[in-house]
Order: sequence, then structure tokens, then C-alpha cells
Amino acid sequence: MTTSPSASKVNRAAGATANFVDERTSIAGFVKYFSRKLFPDHWSFMLGEVALYSFIILLISGVFLTAFFIPAVTPVHYEGTFETMAGVEMSEAYASTLHMSFEVPGGLLMRQIHHWAALIFTASIMVHMARVFFTGAFRKPREINWLVGFTLMILSLAAGFTGYSLPDDVLSGNGLRIIEGIVRSIPIVGSYISYGLFGGEFPGEALIPRLFTAHILLVPALILGLIALHLFLVFLHKHTQYPGGGRTHKNVVGLPLFPVYTAKAGGFFFVVFGVIALMASVLTINPVWNYGPYDPSPVSAGTQPDWYILWIDGLLRVMPGFPEYVIGGYTLSLNVLIPAVVVPGLFFGFLALYPWIEQWATGDRTEKHVLDRPRNVPVRTGIGVALIVFYVILVIEGSNDIVATLFHLSINDITWFIRFAVFILPVVAFWITKRICLGLQRKDRELVLHGHETGRIVRHESGEYVEVHEPLTDQEIWIRVSYDNHKPLVLEPETNEFGVRRRWYRWSRFKQAVSRFYYEDRVEPVTPAELEAARSSHH
Amino acid sequence: MSTLSNQPPSHEVPEAFQDPGVPTEHRPRRADVDERAAKRAERQVAALFGMSALGTVIALVSYFALDIGDGNDIQAIQRINMGIGIGVALAMFGIGLGAIHWAKTLMRDHEMVEDRHELRSSDETREAALQDLRDGAKDSGIGVGRRGLLKGSLITALAVAPLSLLVPQLGGLGGDWNLDKWRRTMWAPGVRLARDPDGTPIRAADVTIGSVFHVIPEGLIDLEHPLEAKAKAVVILIRLDPKDLKIVPGREDWSFDGIVAYSKICTHVGCPVALYEQQTHHLLCPCHQSTFDVSDGCKVVFGPAKRPLPQLPIAVDDEGYIVSQRDFEEPIGSSYWERLK
Amino acid sequence: MQTLARQRYHRLTPLLLVLGLLALITGVATIIAPPPATANTEASAQDVEAGQKLFAANCASCHGLDARGQAGVAPSLHGVGAASVDFQVGTGRMPMQASGPQAMAKAPQFGEKEIAQLAAYVASLGAGPSIPTAEQVDGSLGDATNGMLLYRNNCAMCHGSVGGGGALTEGKFAPGLWETTPTHIYEAMLTGPQSMPVFNEANITPEGKRDIIAYLEAQRGGSPGGLGLGAIGPVSEGLWAWLIGIGLIVGITVWVGARSS
Repeated sequence: MTTSPSASKVNRAAGATANFVDERTSIAGFVKYFSRKLFPDHWSFMLGEVALYSFIILLISGVFLTAFFIPAVTPVHYEGTFETMAGVEMSEAYASTLHMSFEVPGGLLMRQIHHWAALIFTASIMVHMARVFFTGAFRKPREINWLVGFTLMILSLAAGFTGYSLPDDVLSGNGLRIIEGIVRSIPIVGSYISYGLFGGEFPGEALIPRLFTAHILLVPALILGLIALHLFLVFLHKHTQYPGGGRTHKNVVGLPLFPVYTAKAGGFFFVVFGVIALMASVLTINPVWNYGPYDPSPVSAGTQPDWYILWIDGLLRVMPGFPEYVIGGYTLSLNVLIPAVVVPGLFFGFLALYPWIEQWATGDRTEKHVLDRPRNVPVRTGIGVALIVFYVILVIEGSNDIVATLFHLSINDITWFIRFAVFILPVVAFWITKRICLGLQRKDRELVLHGHETGRIVRHESGEYVEVHEPLTDQEIWIRVSYDNHKPLVLEPETNEFGVRRRWYRWSRFKQAVSRFYYEDRVEPVTPAELEAARSSHH
Repeated sequence: MSTLSNQPPSHEVPEAFQDPGVPTEHRPRRADVDERAAKRAERQVAALFGMSALGTVIALVSYFALDIGDGNDIQAIQRINMGIGIGVALAMFGIGLGAIHWAKTLMRDHEMVEDRHELRSSDETREAALQDLRDGAKDSGIGVGRRGLLKGSLITALAVAPLSLLVPQLGGLGGDWNLDKWRRTMWAPGVRLARDPDGTPIRAADVTIGSVFHVIPEGLIDLEHPLEAKAKAVVILIRLDPKDLKIVPGREDWSFDGIVAYSKICTHVGCPVALYEQQTHHLLCPCHQSTFDVSDGCKVVFGPAKRPLPQLPIAVDDEGYIVSQRDFEEPIGSSYWERLK
Repeated sequence: MQTLARQRYHRLTPLLLVLGLLALITGVATIIAPPPATANTEASAQDVEAGQKLFAANCASCHGLDARGQAGVAPSLHGVGAASVDFQVGTGRMPMQASGPQAMAKAPQFGEKEIAQLAAYVASLGAGPSIPTAEQVDGSLGDATNGMLLYRNNCAMCHGSVGGGGALTEGKFAPGLWETTPTHIYEAMLTGPQSMPVFNEANITPEGKRDIIAYLEAQRGGSPGGLGLGAIGPVSEGLWAWLIGIGLIVGITVWVGARSS
């Protein structure tokens, strides 16, 4: 291939620029480090990217919105063009939201892009988290990164909720009033936290500006910082990979960042943007002009938070009212505290600590870079499905009025059903999932031992008809036998050989119970001996 | 320390399965072997990039050519929203799909292998790091057990220094911190009940059986900052057939010929309880569905609230208008720690 | 008076008298004669009689032959007025398929004439709200902004922020208002059908009711942002974010991750 004179001129210019930069930053080292970094190819590895990209879209559209939004509750009389609001008294925050929607061309589009991106941001974080959970990608050495990701998930909820409240409409205002009610239920300090939050009595004039600062500065800055840490750790650890031939805990098999993933992941950003822009152009979201400016008196049917808070609304709805107690003259409102603070705290706490809980069960302290197939860890998969079922039931309870009108049911019946279902169905889901996983593992064993069914029937000389089974290839076998076959930990005696009680004995007993729960029921992978025996019996 | 250990691995006679290694055979893509297919893929990618540019044109044309209208023409707003939006979507999809299609069809797709390194630092590095720290500690003179006074005073100073910032910062957040405001509302003896939102007073005769009025205190709309007062004072006024009404003992003179007034703020977490069902006399909160029985002192009949809605004692003045006898006897709205103190 | 007296026997007097008399008779006749039939007019005795027959055949099994109702089954209709009948029968809620707190709207079982006759009969039993005039329910004469303020204070909690409907307790619900005719909206406010409370003319003035109609009619032009997703709030938005957004994006990840042929 010959280079034309102009091409060589371009090359020289590029070389000179590269030289200039490198002499001042030693960037060549970074380029060398990053450009051929390998990433395994799998669709499920792109879910986290969706979260990252929707966050970038949030930043882009958010900058536009800040150019028009006025974070103040100063009352004004609406003078814009929207007919049903003519002359109505409203806050500047609400009026500026109407202004950017109806008088700025493309403003409504940016609002809708921003809000759809927010819903997709939270949803993709949870889908990504589920992928990491079910494949065991949180195991050593990634426990810290799991915590970083978990914190990002919580921050995404905070980002969403602070943004939802900014337009100062009736819907979000009632949402803030619910927050006030929840904060007030916290014993001893709750009332003061409420005063501190709202700058006095509800609704006050301080909250919208404070939420604005949190929404555009504090929370996004934290998210950005943690995203940087999250990605740094991904590069440091190198990506996990699904099991397969040649994929070990000591290597990574994949395609290079440059050019393949630059194109794929870079292109994927534009695709995510495209999907969100398409939704924003044809689907209305958060029509604040329907709800009207905030006023503490009105409320509309369908007063609900955005979907990611809906499960907490479901908890509030499903809780019976009786446990409110007065102790020594002080009111303890457990009917609010349990659903709004205690249960979410336990749920999130369990999620955050999960990597360590599982480590008690395995006792395995080696680095894990090959992912689990979910069936090979039946108890973890069962727990994951149970958590999802728990969450979804509560989302349904949080939407029970919509469900009731849609299916001609009674909200009271739905709530009564869910009061029981929220305890029973997750356990049922756990049990069924675990059974399915064990069944799939047994099927894998069958497949390895006896091969694929071919549908060809042959008749032996003896007159016996048998179906011909085609043995699996080495690659196919390896995927099905190469999993960690953990067994319940063995508890050593309470006293050592000198008759002295071992330290930490109770803790060990607890860990052993966890371990039994995880690995009592298990399906052993096929051994070469078993395969040998099975094959010889066939022939 | 631990009394746990893994069971010894069972010794199978043959060894475990061997890793067959990364599959060596590479199934070529059509574009790898057929130059025409590669050309076709290139044209497809180029067409997608072209679609992107077209999308940009659509967005710009929509922006400049479409009129957003005067706010009453919903279709005009829809058109411009959709025009720009679909343009943006095409512009983005074109780049994205083109780049991915390029990567999938034309870029080399042979998998490569890279080694990982254990994250744990080597023992030498660890020892060297520890030694550095020890040296540093020695240089500073604060080795183990030395200069306790210095260390103690430093830790104390660091621990309390944040208070110098935090106390003034947090102290200003809550305004006057006067929780007593939660105990009082605008209702006082003789304040007329007025319609929400226009503030006109209500005559008892206006409230026919089965009627429900959403009520604010007269004079509320003249306040400079009405929302805080309104958030506590809103009331729902309902007239029942007196024979359906069970009067709570001690509140015999709180209602007027079947007309009752209750706080509209839910005792659960403070939503406006506004859904009145005329036949069952139930009041439903749309947020968490606490249901109150208006005919029986607004007791909770369903849902997460515990306490009845506070009742506002009412009377009728000389001109026939409904007035409050006095303020609520308990703080309205959701529970809080000091509520009964 | 003198002038008049002098002209007392003017020769055109008989003509003037005859013309005057004619004018008087025509005027009185116009007032007395029944105007062209509309829904808002006083009913004739025949209408009441026909209505009574229809009532006996179709309504009396629940409301009783004397229309005084039966405890726990059906309310008395004395004093509910023509508006109530026009709403309940005109929206197909009455006759009900089964007694219960929620009357379902369905195709009306009677024609306009029969509904008017039933209304005339029930109105004859006792004074009650009458059917509003066309002008009273003409949204184009109303003020949609005031309608918005009234609607969200009095109606939105049950019928949703723009009339999408919503749930009540024990399986009851407040219906959506997209399809409801202005007359029926007005009558519902006036009479408080089923679970709905009454909003009499002292609570929401006739002008206010017309403003509410104007506001609801302004909602029928669609949503500025595109499809309205039922206008039931964040739940449907969340559902669409998952179904369309996450669904489409995950579908694309599968395509990105799949090996090209």
C-alpha cells in the first residue's frame, strides 16, 4: 500500500501532535495500557453501560434545563401562553417549568428526554445489579466495587427523587409531604430533621432551592466520582468472563478496547440516546401542567412516586395501622417507621453486605474471575429471585389503585392479599427457583454423561431399539463441569486437643449454619471416571 | 483462629477434567471470506451514517420551520416535540447502529487472551511499605507508646474541629426550630369556614345532605405566605343525614345538624384525605388508602393510619355562616415524637 | 288627556283596536302554546303518564311502585329531580344489572324520548334539580382556568388530574371522564350519583360547573408531549420505561453481543 503525499503530511502532523502531548503527559503509556485491553463479549456485560450512558444523557439534557429553570418558590401570576393556567398564582419554579415546556422550542423534548433517561438510569442500574448478583461477579476481589455500585444505586434514587420534586407541582408536592410524614416518624430527632430539611414548617420556602443544589451539584458530583472509581476498579480487576474453554481465574479472553469496543460501546451510547430520544418525542412523561402548581389541599387519584420509589409506597400501603404507640408521652409511629425506614434499611443492608454473607458460606478466599452460571449456585439464585419477587409484589401494591381499576378488583382485597403474599411468595419463589436450578444441574449431568439426543433410532442385533446419543465435545463438557463445587463447611469440635474452648466458636457455628443452608442440597459435577463408566456402559 | 476448614477433596481415581483451552477453530463471517459481502456491509454502515445526518437535518428543519404556537394549540406543541425528537433519535441511531454494525461485520473478531495478575501485592512490596511507614513514624517521633500527649491532643482536636463548622451550618437550617407551630392552626373562635380556593364563606344552608366542601379559613388567601398555614388548616366539610351520624361522646356540640368538619390532612403521613364516598360515608386517602368513617368520628376503618382525623368544632354565626368554635384540640397530620408533649 | 279625548272617535280607532287585540292574542298564544320539544321543557301530562308506565315496567321492582325505594336495595326517588334520571338512565347506569354501590355505565336502554318521559314522571313526584340547559353546559362559554382550580380541589382526587378516573374503596371506582357528555357531567355534580358527593349550586355555582366542563373539554385535545399514557401518573410511565425503554435497549444489547454471520 502506498501512501499519498497528503496522507504522509497528515501522518506527520499527527505524529507531531502526539509527540507534543506525550512529552508533557507521557500519554503513550496510558494509550498502550488501555487501547488493547481485552473485554469479553456478552450482551449482559453491556447493561452497566446503559446506566452510564443514560447518566451522560441526564447531564447533557440537564444542562439545558438549568438554563431555563428557576429554583424559587416566589409566588408569581402565570403570564405564559398555556390556556388553562392563565393568571393562576404559582411558584417561579412551576412557572419556569411551564415556560420551558410551552414557549421554548425543543424545551419540552429536553424535559422528556431528561425524565425518561432518569427512569431508564435507575432501571438499568437495577438490571445491571441483578446480572452481577446472579453471576457472582461480586466475589473477591470485587466486593468493594459491589459496594461502590450499591452506593451508586442509592444515589440514583436520590438523584431521581430530588429531580422529581423540583417543578413544584401538586404531584411532587404531595410526595414531599409524604417525605415530611416519614421523617417526622423517626423517634427523638425526626421532628428536628423535618424542620432542618424544610427550613421550618412544611412546605416552607427553603426546600426547592436546597433540592436544586442537591440535584444539580451534590448528588451528580458524588455519582460522577463514584462512577470514576467504579470504572477504575473495573480496569484494575479486568472484566469477569463467563465459563468456557480457556477462560480461567488467571486470564481474560476477549476483544480489544480499540477498535472493537470503541466502536461497539461508543456506538451503543448513541443507540441508548436514540431510544430515549424516540420515547421523549412520542410519549408524554410527567405532564406537570395536568397536576397544577403545588397547593397543600388538592390531590389527584394516581398520586404515586416514580417507579423506583413505588415499592416504598407499596410498603406504606400494605402496613396495617395498629402499631403506633405512646410511650411515656412520646409517640412512636411504627406504622410509618417500619415500612418507610426499617424494611428498606434491612433490604438495602442485606444487598450491600451480600458478598460477605456468601463468603461465610463458601469459606473460599481465592480470586474469582470466571462467572457462575446461575444454576450452579441454586441458593444464591433462589435468594435473588425471592428479592425480586418481594420487590415486584410491593411495586404492585404501590400501584394497587391502578391495578384495581384495570382488572376490576378491590384495593382492599389486593392489600389484604399482599399482606400475606409479601411473606409467602418470596419463600415460594426461593424454593421453586432452587428446585429449578438443581433440576437444570441434573440435566447438565445427564447431558454430559449420555450426550445429545439425536433422534436417530437404531436396532441392535439383539432386537433392542436404542436412540443414538452424540457425545458432547470437550468444550461443551467443560462448561458443564468446571464450576466450584462448594460443600458445607465442617465444624471443628468446640474444644481443641488440649480441652480448651476454641475462640470464635459460636461465630463459626453460625457460619457453618449459613454454609449448610447454601450447600446442603447440591449436584456434583460429573467426574471423568463417571463419564468413562457411562460411556463404556453404552457401548 | 478459625475452627473451620474445607473437607478434604475426595480423591477420584482419574484426575478432574482438563480445560480444553480457547476454541481454536474460528468460524469466518461472510464479510471475512466474501469481498462482495464486505462491500455490502460497508455500504450499509455508510447508509446508517447517512441516516444520522438526515436525522440532524430533520431536527433542524423542525426547529426552524415549525411554530410552537400560542400554547393553546396542543397539536403544534406535539408536532415540534415530535419533529425535533425523531430527528435527534435518527441522528443518534444512525451513528450508533452504523458503528456497531461496522464492528460486528468488518472489524477483526479473533478473541485474544491476556493474563491477569493477582491483586495482592507481593510480600516484599508489603514489607517495604510497612517499613516506610515505620520509618516515617520514627521520624515524626510518634512511635508506638511515645508522645501520648501529642497524639491524644491531635485526635481530640480533629474530632471536635468539625463541630466549629457543623453546628453553625446545621443550626441555621431549621429556621426557628419552634415545633410548637405544629400544634396551632389558623382556626380560632368565630373564624368562618370558606371555600377552597376562592375563599368565600359558607352558609350552613348551602351544605345540603351528601355535599362535601373543601374548606380553608376565611382570610387565609390574604396572607402573604399562605401555604404553611394552609398545609395545616385545610378542612373537609360534610353534611350527613343526622340519623346516620354517630356523635363521639364529648363532642355533642361540635357538629351542626349533621354538618361535620374534619382536618383534611391524613394522620398517616400527611396527604390530603379527600375522596368522600357519599353512600358509605367513607373518606379515602389516595396516597396510602387509609379509610376513615365520617359517620363515626372519622375512625380508621382500613389502611395504615392509626388515629382518627382531628375534628374541628363548628357552630353557625348570626348571619348563618359556619364558623369554627376554636382550634383543633390536637396537632393535625402525621404523628411525631413530641406530638402529645 | 285632552288630546286623547279629542281623538277618541278618530276613524282609525277600530282598526287600531283590532290590530292591538290581534297582537295581544298572538303574544299570549305564543307564551301559552307548547314550544318545539326540547329536553329542557316542562313535560306534558302525557309525558308524565308515559313515564309512569315505563317506571312501573322497568324501575319499580327495585324502587317500588310508589318510587319510595326499598331500604338496602334502592333509594327513594321523591325529590331527586329530572337531572338525576337523565344522568342515571342516560348513561345506562339505570336500570342496574345487580344492586350494588357501583352502577356501571353502559349503552342506555331507553331512547331520548323515553328518558325524557321517565324524567318527567320522577320530577312530578317532588321538586328536584332539573336538567341543565344547553347554555349551562356549553364549555366554550366557560373559563377553563377557573375550571382547573375548581376541578383539582373538588374532582381530581377521585377522577384523576385530567379525568382519567381512579379507584375508590372495596372495588368501587370513579369513572374516567373522557367520553362523558357535558350534560351528564353537569348532572353528576348536581345530583351526586352513587358514591359521588353532591356539589349543589351553592357549592359550585352554575358558572363554575360550566368552567369545569370547559377544563375537561380542553383535556380532550391530547397531551402536548405526545401519547398521554392514560394520564394516570407515574405508574404507567414506569411501566413504559421498562417495557419500551429497557425492553428495546436489552434487545439491542443482545444484537450487539451476538456474533455476526
